[in-house]
Formats: sequence, structure tokens, C-alpha cells
Amino acid sequence: MASVPWEDELTKRLQDQFGDRILEFSTYLGQNFLVARPEAVIPIIEHLKLEAGFDYLVDVTAVDYPQRPERFDLVYILYSFSRNERVRIKTRIAEGATPPSATGVHLTANWLEREVYDMFGIRFAGHPNMQRILLPEEWQGHPLRKDYPITRQDDRWVQENLGIESAQ
Amino acid sequence: MAEATFLDSTELVLNMGPQHPSPHGVRRVILKLDGEKVLGADCVIGYLHRGVEKIGENRTYQQFTPYVDRMDYVAAVSNGLGYCLAVEKLLNIEAPPRAQAVRVILTELNRIASHLVWLGTHALDIGALTPVFYCFREREEVLTVFENYCGARLTTHAFRIGGLQYELYDGFEEQVKAFCDMFLAKVDEYEELLTGNRIWIGRLKGVGILTAEECKAYGVTGPLLRAAGVKWDIRKAQPYSGYDQYEFDIPTGENGDTFDRYKVRLEEMRQSVRIIRQAVDRIPEGPIMGKVPKVIKPPVGEAYVSIEAPKGELGYFVVSDGSPQPYRVRVRPPSFINLQAVDKMVRGGLVADVVAVIGTIDIVLGEVDR
Repeated sequence: MASVPWEDELTKRLQDQFGDRILEFSTYLGQNFLVARPEAVIPIIEHLKLEAGFDYLVDVTAVDYPQRPERFDLVYILYSFSRNERVRIKTRIAEGATPPSATGVHLTANWLEREVYDMFGIRFAGHPNMQRILLPEEWQGHPLRKDYPITRQDDRWVQENLGIESAQ
Repeated sequence: MAEATFLDSTELVLNMGPQHPSPHGVRRVILKLDGEKVLGADCVIGYLHRGVEKIGENRTYQQFTPYVDRMDYVAAVSNGLGYCLAVEKLLNIEAPPRAQAVRVILTELNRIASHLVWLGTHALDIGALTPVFYCFREREEVLTVFENYCGARLTTHAFRIGGLQYELYDGFEEQVKAFCDMFLAKVDEYEELLTGNRIWIGRLKGVGILTAEECKAYGVTGPLLRAAGVKWDIRKAQPYSGYDQYEFDIPTGENGDTFDRYKVRLEEMRQSVRIIRQAVDRIPEGPIMGKVPKVIKPPVGEAYVSIEAPKGELGYFVVSDGSPQPYRVRVRPPSFINLQAVDKMVRGGLVADVVAVIGTIDIVLGEVDR
């Protein structure tokens, strides 16, 4: 990605506060984002909310890169009403890692993290209700992983619950 | 110990849906009740899950455009606009001015159509049978414009990445202007039916309150946020498609209740007419498609673009790996996120208000479940 460094008073403050736990401040296509270590993400979100007015968690999502040792990108998108500014926070986590939940800072993270779990199989530690949200609870597999082909389904679930051989 | 009588109140768990006459699609709400009082609500969703984001990864950028219309099918034009803008952002191009003006007109017409579906069905939920006929009558006029323009009424696929596929048809401007002239009087007519109606007021005022702080905590956007008094609209805050050239106001409420949301949406329809009138008067001449390669391969990178859809902030987070297919398309659906606040809104209220609250959020399950 041909991103350029992002520097302003906000990055300076975050740099002072979090030091080398933030790996990168960048701008791509005019959109600011930072890459942080997994354990720093929630403190950063909290800091941004309380100290910089980023009081609206827009979205939480993930991207799967199976060939990487730290397989998933977790992406948090924040917005500040007072500054009219958006920031993306990204972190890399490995398969089986349990990143801490953001529900303690932003209530909206509840369903968003459940969807990430449902689609990618990433469990959030400290989430009040870590269950699937769109797929049935008994469903096997997490469809937005890259090793889950688009033609795949949970045959057993389909046969038992829908009474048909295949939903394909 | 006294024997239990029928006067003792016990907690009751009640299932509402998935098939239930109060409309807005297939979803289940599990209610915990103490008599008529709601102690909590849990939503069970996913009945319409089609894996739209997965489909996006398995189609080319252009092939995926019609799919996004099938999320919020009541506001398909907005869905398409958001996706096209996101891919255009990745390509670092902009649609030509003529295309942008047409996009604004069609999107605002779609906002009116979406609000009309909401108003009609919401009134129907509350027990007012007449407004739905009025609303669908006017919506028909909007759908006719869509049909004349692109052949489809609901899932329009109106826009293309980089601009528009179709030139305007002869008589487009006149038809849209005639609609605007006719429609404002109709909004007054809805107001006459509902705004002063004692039952309507009784069912809506003070029901399902969300304060501005609660809206922000739950990520609730759109008319719900504005009804809570927050003057925030992406069309003004971070204008796209040339919205900064048009004059319009952002209506807000004070109490954040169901009645204020009704007032906000009605006023939004009037403001949409204002925007359409300005846009239709000065559609620039020129091409309708920007310079877009036949095979779209955005450079490696990612972008998040959001628009003010009728239901709130509709965002697309698109990741490109340089191939002709998106590596990841994430949709940030306003309906899904606004629905999360339903528990907060119904808690402590009456069971009859649950229907009013679900109506007031204006959800489309196609978008909630994707």
C-alpha cells in the first residue's frame, strides 16, 4: 500500500502515550490509520474516546491473510463528532488469539464483535455474550475465512435442520 | 407460603417472530415480560443471511454492484452509490459532474421512497390503516422514474463504478419536477392525518427514547441520532457527490422519542425535495462515465467510504490486493447497528410499544442479515 506517514498533534499525543506499542501512523487516500500491537488497541480506543473526542465506534471488522503467521487484521473504525474526523486502528493477531473486547468502552462493539467471531472465528476476551449472531449457533466453520470456499456449507446442519440433502 | 394466585406476577418469556404480522421482515425478538412491562429484549437475526460479503470476494468489482442493491432493497440506489464511491476512492477517480448530479437526484428520490415505506408501515403497525395507501401511491411515482431510467423499480442497479451507464431519458427533468410539485402537498397531507392525531401522539410520544449520549454509545446514526438533537448528517459533515453545492437543512428533534423520529423523517422528505429541485435545474452537460478501465484492478490498499443512507451511516470498507476481485468487502449496515439498541429502547416500556419501537428504527432485514 502506497501510504504516506501521518503526523499531527494527535499522533504526537498518541506517540507520547503509547510509544512503541504503536507501530505505524499512515495516511492512504486521505484516510488516517494506525497499526498497533494487539494489547494496546483497547487502551488506544479508550484514550481516543476520553481524551480526543472519538466517541463513536463506527465499525469493527477483520481481514484474513492465511499465508501470514499473524493471520488476521482486526480493524476498528472510529469517528469524532467534535473533530469531524475518522481514524482506523489496525492490529495483527494470530489464529487462536483472543483479543480483548471493546464492549467496555463502546457498547456498539457487542454485536460487531459477535459478527467478527461468527465470520472469522476470532473470540473476544471479556465479551458479555460471545456467540454467533448471523449463522446458527451449531454451524461448523467461519465463512469469511479465505480457506472456506464459497461453495461450502455445513452439510450436517443443513440435512438435520432443513431436511434436504444440500442447500447448494 | 401463600398459594400462587393468578394475581401473582411472574416473568414470562415471549417469542415474537420469526413470522409475525408486524412487518419489516423475518426476525425474532425474545421478550422477557412482567405482565405488560418489558424487562428485556434479545434479537435473533440471520434468517436472511446470504453471505453478501463473501459473494463480494468472489466476483469482480463490477459484478458485485448489483448484489449490494439486495441488502437494503427499499433504498437500493443508496447502497449502489456507497459501493461505487468506495471503489472509486480506491481507484482515486471521481464520477463526472453530470453523473454526480444524476446520482444525487436518484438517491434523494430513493430516500423519499424509503421514508414512505417506513411511514406507511409504521403507521400500519400503530393501527392507522390509511397512510400506507397514501404513501405507496406517491412511492409509485418515484419507482416509475426509476423504471423509466433503468428498467428496474426496486433493485435498480442505477449506477456504475465511475459514473452512470444510462443517459437520462427524454422528459426526465419534467417528470421529476412534476413529482416535486405534487409531493410537498402530500407530505402536508400525511401530517394532517397523523401529527395532530391523539392516538398517534399517545402511541409515539415518550416511547423508545434514546438520548444523544446513548445513540453515540450504541453507534446509532441517521434519523434516530438526529431526533435526539444531534445535528449530524454525512451529506453535510463529509460531503460526497457534490452535496456541498446544494442548500438544505438538517432537521433535528429534542426528545429522541418515536414521535420526534417521525417528525425528523417527514422533514427530511421535504429537504430531499429541496435538493432534487436544485439539482434538476442545473444538471451539467458532459460525459456520464469517468475514465475507468475495462477490468478494474485498484492498487493494493484499503479505503472506508460512508454515505448518509436513509437509515443512517452506510459504510463500505474495501480491501484491494491488486487483483480484479476485491480481497474483502465489509459493509457497515446502519440497520444492523441501530437494531442493537432495541433492547435499550424497549426496556421498562409496555409490550405494545415494542412494535412501535421496531417500526421507528426503520430496519430492513435484508441489510441487517446481508
